[in-house]
Amino acid sequence: MEKGKGVLGSRKWAVEFTDNSSTRDILDPPGFTRASPDQDDSSLTRQKKDAEANWKSQKAWEVAQAPFKNLMMMGFMMWMAGNTVHLFSIGITFSALWQPLSALQGVGKVFEPYKDNKVDLLAPKLLYIALNLGGMLLGVWKLNSLGLLPTHASDWVSSLSPAHEVEFSGGGAALY
Amino acid sequence: MAMAIKLSLILLLCLSSLLAPSFSLFEDQVGLMDWHQRYIGKVKHAVFHTQKAGRKRVLVSTEENVIASLDLRRGEIFWRHVLGPNDVVDKIDIALGKYVITLSSEGSILRAWNLPDGQMVWESFLSGSKYSKALLTVPSNLKVDLDSPIFVYSGGCLHAISSIDGEYLWKKDFAIESVDVHQLILSGGSDVVHAVGVTDSSQFDTYEIDVKNGGLLKHTSASFPGGVYGEILPVSGDRFVVLDASRSVVLLITVNNGATHLQQTHVSDLIHGSSENTVILPSKLSGIFSLRTDSCIVFVKVTDEGKLNVMEKVDKTVVVSDALALSEGEQAFALVQQGDSKIELSVRLVHDMSSNHLKETVKMDHERGFVHKIFINNYVRTDRSHGFRALIVMEDHSLLLLQQGEIVWTRDDGLASVIDVTTSELPVEKIGVSVAKVEHSLFEWLKGHMLKLKGTLMLATPDEVAAIQQIRLQSSQKNKMTRDHNGFRKLLILLTRAGKLYALHTGNGRVVWSTLLQSLRTTSQQQCAGLKLRQWQVPHHHALDNNPSVLVVGRCGLSLTSPSALSIVDAYTGKELQNLGPAEHSTVQVITLPFRDSTEQQLHLLIDADKRAHLYPTTPEAASIFQRESENVYWYSVESEAGILRGYGVKKTHSSEYSFEARNLWSIVFPAESEKIIATVTRKPNEVVHTQAKVIADEDVMYKYISKNMVFVATVSPKASGPIGSATPDESVLVVYLIDTVTGRILHRMTHLGSQGPVHAVLSENWVVYHYFNLRAHRYEMSVIEIYDQSRAENKDVLKLIVGKHNLTTPVSSYSRPEVTTKSQSYFFTHSVKAISVSSTAKGITSKHLLIGTIGDQVLALDKRFVDPRRSLNPTQAEKEEGLLPLTDALPIIPQSYVTHAFKVEGLRGIETIPAKLESTSLVFAYGVDLFYTRIAPSKTYDSLTEDFNYALLLLTIVALVIAIFVTWVLSERKDLQDKWR
Repeated sequence: MEKGKGVLGSRKWAVEFTDNSSTRDILDPPGFTRASPDQDDSSLTRQKKDAEANWKSQKAWEVAQAPFKNLMMMGFMMWMAGNTVHLFSIGITFSALWQPLSALQGVGKVFEPYKDNKVDLLAPKLLYIALNLGGMLLGVWKLNSLGLLPTHASDWVSSLSPAHEVEFSGGGAALY
Repeated sequence: MAMAIKLSLILLLCLSSLLAPSFSLFEDQVGLMDWHQRYIGKVKHAVFHTQKAGRKRVLVSTEENVIASLDLRRGEIFWRHVLGPNDVVDKIDIALGKYVITLSSEGSILRAWNLPDGQMVWESFLSGSKYSKALLTVPSNLKVDLDSPIFVYSGGCLHAISSIDGEYLWKKDFAIESVDVHQLILSGGSDVVHAVGVTDSSQFDTYEIDVKNGGLLKHTSASFPGGVYGEILPVSGDRFVVLDASRSVVLLITVNNGATHLQQTHVSDLIHGSSENTVILPSKLSGIFSLRTDSCIVFVKVTDEGKLNVMEKVDKTVVVSDALALSEGEQAFALVQQGDSKIELSVRLVHDMSSNHLKETVKMDHERGFVHKIFINNYVRTDRSHGFRALIVMEDHSLLLLQQGEIVWTRDDGLASVIDVTTSELPVEKIGVSVAKVEHSLFEWLKGHMLKLKGTLMLATPDEVAAIQQIRLQSSQKNKMTRDHNGFRKLLILLTRAGKLYALHTGNGRVVWSTLLQSLRTTSQQQCAGLKLRQWQVPHHHALDNNPSVLVVGRCGLSLTSPSALSIVDAYTGKELQNLGPAEHSTVQVITLPFRDSTEQQLHLLIDADKRAHLYPTTPEAASIFQRESENVYWYSVESEAGILRGYGVKKTHSSEYSFEARNLWSIVFPAESEKIIATVTRKPNEVVHTQAKVIADEDVMYKYISKNMVFVATVSPKASGPIGSATPDESVLVVYLIDTVTGRILHRMTHLGSQGPVHAVLSENWVVYHYFNLRAHRYEMSVIEIYDQSRAENKDVLKLIVGKHNLTTPVSSYSRPEVTTKSQSYFFTHSVKAISVSSTAKGITSKHLLIGTIGDQVLALDKRFVDPRRSLNPTQAEKEEGLLPLTDALPIIPQSYVTHAFKVEGLRGIETIPAKLESTSLVFAYGVDLFYTRIAPSKTYDSLTEDFNYALLLLTIVALVIAIFVTWVLSERKDLQDKWR
């Protein structure tokens, strides 16, 4: 997504040289032929557009594969953190859960720069989602291995208050 | 939800493991949340020591077997010794002007203590051949071979003992003559001890014994036909008076040159009118004796001719002191007359009975009751006249010193004999405090914290350090008379043996109010005593306008069938709201039912000696509540002598609206030839259990068998019921039972071969811990039994638990006979034990500490994890993670875990734990002769900041951070601007 931003996102202003609507009544400078861009070779344009689509789809695939690296790193860090509960391991686990979640929320945004009629973004998007889900699964698995998932009977009964007793009995030895 | 709890628990565990396993205090934390009060009990004898110019003191022996030296100026304790419960002090005196001599254990132990510091100088054991009363005579100016002997009559023998080192000088046995010696008289200057006694209560004997060697010099005797009642009292050197067996005739005995002359005078001649229950008072006044009857006290003078002249007649409530020798053979004594809210003290000279030498009226709090005893002492004023000071023992066991018509000091020594304890919440704080007050307290608060901050940063001067400590100790917060958020401030309500109720503030232990209960006052007809103290009304929601109140149950009389006395006392003011006694029924058991009426009054059942149950409060509403629930109300009785446990239910037909007949449901008869009940323990009725499940290693669950209707019973073989050493290991067997008190079902039975009592036990949740002596190992042992419910054990399917398909919340009945399993383990324990208790918290989440009252009168906190029957030699990794400790043969005693730290609770009798509102904290109150209060946090105070948390530092840090943020923000803005212009 960093690259996508680099293409469009950092522009703040632009001058449109091709806009000619406002300059109609002023004479064109000598030697300038207005018709020249329209007379461009159509094959050359198509070639150019194809190249751009290619580049876009290539980039989209790259972006889609980016979480894989993240996944590997997460896995390594989780392995380093170990299976005991402390601040470090909990932090890593929660970031492992949070990152894929936030990434999944912004799927559309990430692939927006590569939107093109000719580029099929479905496959990279699916890959991207799958990889992020994988990351999330990894996080959940870590959570479980830390023992923080309520998967045991003890998690459901540990705060169950004692059952009410029907009978009451009191007494004891005679008081002296 | 479950996860959140788990997480917090895990974090908590991490925290607690970080904070080292010690529970100790720092030196400057003593007194922050604990207090210790020292008492001595009801004074029996008092000896003044005021001759020297040094510190004036009074030496006392008390009914709690305490010997103490008190400062006569302020009433403080110089030194104090608490003798064992069986070592009753008989006599106390001063010898050689530097030793305190005490005779105790029915005259068999004679000890000398150093007067200034109370160290024991010597101790002698006196052997006797038979039981007799103990007499002690310390002659003041008798010298025999550079030694001053002390004469002791005990066990039928007269002993002469050196007062320097306690060596025997000689011994004269009177047991052969079967004489019962009543008095030892040493006439000044002579070398003869006179022993005056009675043989077979019909013959009067005097013996003259040489003080040098114990040789009998002279023996005279005279028989009187009627027999005698009470003690022989010497009137003068050769005259004695005694009552005859019918208590209607005064015998005057005159010993003259070997001849004994008897003279009889009818009491009715001396006292015109009724003369029931006549006794001769033991005040020794020369030439005078005093007679007390049901109606009055008369002073009778014995003239030289042997005539008895009645000198004066006073009211029977008058208390007479012993005679005090003044100069030139003059004697004085004191009389105390009881007024409405004042007492009249008059001192008279023996030779001039007609007028008062001194008369003073002292205002007296009527909550102190009547005067019980008086001891007087004189001092010489600057104008060479005699002044008198009087030490007075009141009905509520308090001790007062009167001098010049004023009370110089008082000691509330009734608190040395606490019978029962309960607590009461303080009133809720009224809203609407003045602004000035808030500002003032805010200012004080800030000032205090700035000081603390200085202390933290090591900038404080020594004066400021002292000021910080002062602020910590005398925090006005902890002594307020209102409820606090944490529930630390409460009223401890104590019932004492004198029948007085005290309310103590937990903040600093001061007495908030005290009431001498009218229903429990001992009169001449009956002896009343308190039995139990229960919470009667605890206003929560419906009756917040009412003050909480307590129920005091007592008994008027000595036998179990004596009528009971009931009174209800307001817990805030100490006013007796209702005096229900003496009720027409007796009380042998008090059962607090778990039901309340609409005014939040707790229903109580009082069981009388005829096994009838009486319901209180006697209101129609309470009766209807009880009628509705009576099918499920049971009670049981433990008859230790007969060795029987019986269970009862309520009979359908009842005799009256508020009293119910019992039907016997079950009984357990222990075989008398092999088992004798020595201990029974139940769970505390107000104990709160958080969960029924115990999570063990590998996330497994065990279901506790939690029943309030469970009783722990310990029996020993009859031979082994004596003290340790009285039975061989083969003869002694200790058997412990866990019994369901509804059905009488024995849930568990365990035998400890070769073990014997005394057994001290505590039952809580699903476990019982008990302490006994192992004869084979020659060591004390502690065992634990945990009991689990097998019928719930299958509830382990997560899915079923999630959807709620389990039987864990269905009400349980004892008649469903749940399957139980037990686990148990035993450990050696170094100390012998006086009491065991367990910490209790508001919700029961916090782990438990056992509170063990050791033989050294201290309270030791032992983590319950040490007495876990699942401990094994090599715990697995999962078990270690669970916090299970490796098994050791003995329980560790960590010196830092004494909750009483440097103090001793002398004569420790009980440990009471009260939950605070803060879940982590439990309030502990230990009582005996002394009182001690503290708070403990078995799992650390995980839910609050510590007392010395520095709020000022926190504030300062926050302010510094805010400033830093602001500054960096300004700087970064500026930098941005510069970047843009570049």
